Formats: sequence, C-alpha cells, structure tokens
Amino acid sequence: MNTRVKNYMRKLNKRQRETINGFLWLAPSLIGVGIFYIIPYFSVIYYSVIQSPLNPNFVFLDNFISLFQNRAFMDGASNTLRFSLMAVPLAVVLSLLLALILEAKIPLKSYFRTFFLSPLMVPVASVILIWQVLFHPRGAINELLMFFGFSGIDWMQSDQSLLVVVILFIWKNLGFFMILFMAALSNIPKDILETAETEGAGPIRQLVYIKLRYLSPTLLFVTILSLINSFKIFREVYLLTGAYPYGDLYMIQHFMNNVFQTLDYQRLAAAAVVMTLAMIAIIAILFLAENRFGRDVEE
Amino acid sequence: MRKRYFGRTALFIITAAFALLFLTPTVLTITNSFMTQSEIAANYGMIFDMTRPGVGTYVADSVNLKLMPDIITVDQYATVLFRSPEYIGMIWNSIILVVPIVVFQVGIASFAAYSFTRYRGKFKNFLFFFYIVLMLMPYQVTIVPNFLVADWLGILGSRWAVLFPGIFAPFSVFLLTKFMRRIPTALIEAAKLDGANEWQIFVKVCIPQCRSALYSIAILVFIDYWNMVELPLILLDSRDAQPMSVFLSTINAEEAGIAFAVAVVYMIPPLLLFLHGEEALVEGITHSGSVKG
Repeated sequence: MNTRVKNYMRKLNKRQRETINGFLWLAPSLIGVGIFYIIPYFSVIYYSVIQSPLNPNFVFLDNFISLFQNRAFMDGASNTLRFSLMAVPLAVVLSLLLALILEAKIPLKSYFRTFFLSPLMVPVASVILIWQVLFHPRGAINELLMFFGFSGIDWMQSDQSLLVVVILFIWKNLGFFMILFMAALSNIPKDILETAETEGAGPIRQLVYIKLRYLSPTLLFVTILSLINSFKIFREVYLLTGAYPYGDLYMIQHFMNNVFQTLDYQRLAAAAVVMTLAMIAIIAILFLAENRFGRDVEE
Repeated sequence: MRKRYFGRTALFIITAAFALLFLTPTVLTITNSFMTQSEIAANYGMIFDMTRPGVGTYVADSVNLKLMPDIITVDQYATVLFRSPEYIGMIWNSIILVVPIVVFQVGIASFAAYSFTRYRGKFKNFLFFFYIVLMLMPYQVTIVPNFLVADWLGILGSRWAVLFPGIFAPFSVFLLTKFMRRIPTALIEAAKLDGANEWQIFVKVCIPQCRSALYSIAILVFIDYWNMVELPLILLDSRDAQPMSVFLSTINAEEAGIAFAVAVVYMIPPLLLFLHGEEALVEGITHSGSVKG
C-alpha cells in the first residue's frame, strides 16, 4: 500500500516536473509574445468596441460600421485584395511550372536554382532604382514597346501600376516557392509514377492525377506563404511610389499609416480586428480545401 | 526521340531566358554603381528630378538604361564609405536593429522549440497552434498591439519599440519546432541513458542536429528585417534613426548619383550570407514543408 502511494506520487511528481520544465523552456518566448502581442491585442479588442479612450462607453459595432463607411479603408482593402487575387495564383502556378521544368533533367540546374533564388536575398530597396528606370514613362520598357511600334504606358500612374507590382512580387518570391515545390516533387514515390508510365499515362495525366495530389500540402503552404507575403507588398509600393501612390496602389498599410498619424485608436483597433477575422477565415477555407483535395493520398 | 530532345532544348532556352530576366535588376544595379555622377545624371536625371524640377544640370530627354558605364569609377563608393558619414550611419541603423533581432529571435525560439518538441500535451498543442495563427497575421494587424504596448512602456519612437516585437516574433519558433521534431527520439533517449540532463540534451544533441536549420532560419529572419519598412515607419519617430531600407525610398535628385552605390553596399551583407549559406538555406526551405503538424 505504502509503496503504491509512493510510486503514484513519484509518477505524479515526474509528470508535474515535466510540465513545469516544459513551461520553463517556453517561458522566455511566451512572456515576450504575451507582453508584445497577446495582452495588447486584448486592449485592441477593447478599443474596437468603445467610443474613445477618454469616454469609454460601450458602442459595440459603431466603430466597425464607420470603418466600413470609410472610403480610404475600403479602397485600401479592395486594392490589397485585388493585388492578392492576381499575385497569389500567378506566383503559385509559375513557381510550380518552374519546379516541374527544373525537375526534368535540364543542364545547369543548380545554377538556375541560384539565379531564381537570388532575388529573395537582394533587398528590394537596393534594386528599386532599376525598377523605377524600367517603368518610368520614358524608361526602358516603354522604349522597347515603342521600338516595336506600340505606344508607351505611364506605368506607375495608370491601371497598369498593379501589374508592375505583381511582377515585382513574382520576381521576389518565385525562387523560394520553387524550392518548396521541388522538394515536394522529389518526395513523390517513384514506383507510383513508374507504374503510371507503364500503364500508359502521359506526363499531363501523371501531373494531374498523381503529382498534384501529393503536392497538395505544399500547395497549401505556398498559397498561405504567398498570401502573407502579398500583404507585405506595401514595402515595394512604398519604395516605388512613396506615401501617396496612384489610386490603384493605395494599400491597406497606407490607410494604417495615415490613421497612425492621427492616432485614432478606435479606427486602428477596428481595422486590426476586421483584418484578423478576415485572415482567420481565409486560412480556414484554404485548410478545408486542402483537406478535401489531398484526402485520397493521405488515406 | 528527336522530338523529345527538341522539347528539352526549348525548355532549356526558355528557362535560361527567364533566369537572365531574374538576374537583370541586380546586375544592372551593380554595374550602374560604377558610373560617374554626371553619367547617372545624364541617363536617369529625369526620374529623380520629378520631385523638384530644375535641379538637374544636363538631362537627356529620355531615360537610358545602360548595362555598362562609359567610364568606370569607384568614386561613388568612396563618397558612401568615407566622405559622407550619414550613409554609413543609416546602414549602422539597419545593423543595430537587425542583428539583435536575428540573434535573440533565433535564440529564444530555440528554447521554445525545444519545449514544443520534448513536452507535448493538449495545452501545448493548442499553444503551438496559437503561435502558427500569430505567425500568419500580417504586419497590418500586429503593428497595432505592438504600437499600444510601446506606448504603455514609454519606448515609442525609440529603437526598443522595433527591437522587442522583432525579437519575439513567432516565425522562427514555428520553423525550428518543425526541425527539432525531426530529430530521432532514439538519439535523445540515448543521451538520457548516458545521464545527460535537459540542458545537456539541448546543447549537445538538439542544437548540433539543427545547425543548418538554425543557419537558414537566421538568414531568412535577417533578410526579412533587413528589408523592413512598416515597423520603423510607424514605431520610430526621427528620420535619423530610420534604417537604410526606409531611406532608399526617399532618394532625391542630389543623391541620385550616389544612390546606386548605397544600394550595392546595402545588398552586400545579405548576398554574402546567401552565397555562403545557400545549401543550408535551400535545405532549410525544403524541410519547412507545410504548415500542418
């Protein structure tokens, strides 16, 4: 009896010890995340539903309604969304294509990998001058267009400005995504592909019926990554066109910058909460889609 | 057979053309940095003059993109490195923000990753999931709590306001945990049997096993913060404290001649890291795999 209790105690103590130990290792990170992200986030939620810090009446949805009636916010949100809808699918498809090409044994493969990856490491701020030269109204691209008889375009001050930023985004991110796809491609069991080949499946059917299914977790990962990166496009826009860009390029971060300058806490808080919910919704949808699509392979 | 060979050649040519396009902006920046000031004014004067008309002395009527300068000079570099301390100051601003963030973020993350690897339970899994959600939040969301807490602590406008959120950003916790979970349990059990305590297991087993992962994560964190614009723009108040990444967007006519040299100096640290650590970086990206599990 006594030994059983002792054993039990020792067991419990060990588990408790483990729990305490585990939290000790996590503590530095958890405390920091708590102080700089989580605790202030609660006050963000609080600010989003009160009238003002000086006059803390509960107003529930008023801040959100006024946010949605704010043209600058709606413009920023719709431009950011429009950019993401253009850039993310394009980046995913192009990087997958490139990975498939590099996977077929072409010469100088490792050099190509380095070339495509290098924009990841080149600070955007450093090459921004060249982009300005390229896309200036009288710049290199327009010279080329005119040489072939087209008329030039005022790239950064027209509806094409979004396209320029999409190109910049793809230039920056393609190599990173390509490597993720290459890794996933090399993990597909070879015997399945061989079986498919002997049974007469061509490269396209192999791609659609086998490779894409095995790639689905990576597709999800790359889509989420490029989505996150597409929200960082403000950097490139800011570097290209400064704080007051052409209307199409007015991103949600421009809106945030302006609101930070007026220190309108309610508006900031409401915007942050709306974006959090939007992000969670988008990510949940992507996860569900992947679960559906990739299920056959995992089972 | 011949058809297949032909297809492969076509693929090769397309890929090569694409690769050259990808290299162009970087290569042009580097070659243009060796131009003389007057050549830059002649070729690109228009662009940088737009903000204040009439500053340029001789300006061509269109912008000439040139691969090679007519006269090669390192004069711009001499100006950046020796004659104008403000450029070095700006790069120094970048360094003192980015280096502590990289070192402490990766360091603290390796403790957290060890915790997530060695001790698991329902609550721990929930916490890890929470870290992932936090990692996925864009700056536009996280900058608001970052701003509030900096305000409370009275560090708003100082470097600490950028440093702390950077150090505790959850990105490397997530990636490192993925790597540590790949270490065979047998290895840790063996160390335990040999009488190693938790600290010894961490230092002598986990860290050496994750060496290339640590390196590649450090590179990724470095490049992300070396490029930062959002955080310093909002959290730092004086122009003197801004890192190079913000400054390069405000280049104007008088500085145009020197801008390319500044840009090249600024890309040297990440490019050196890349050339030195490409294999580790690729391996790191490769195994980061998916957001699940």
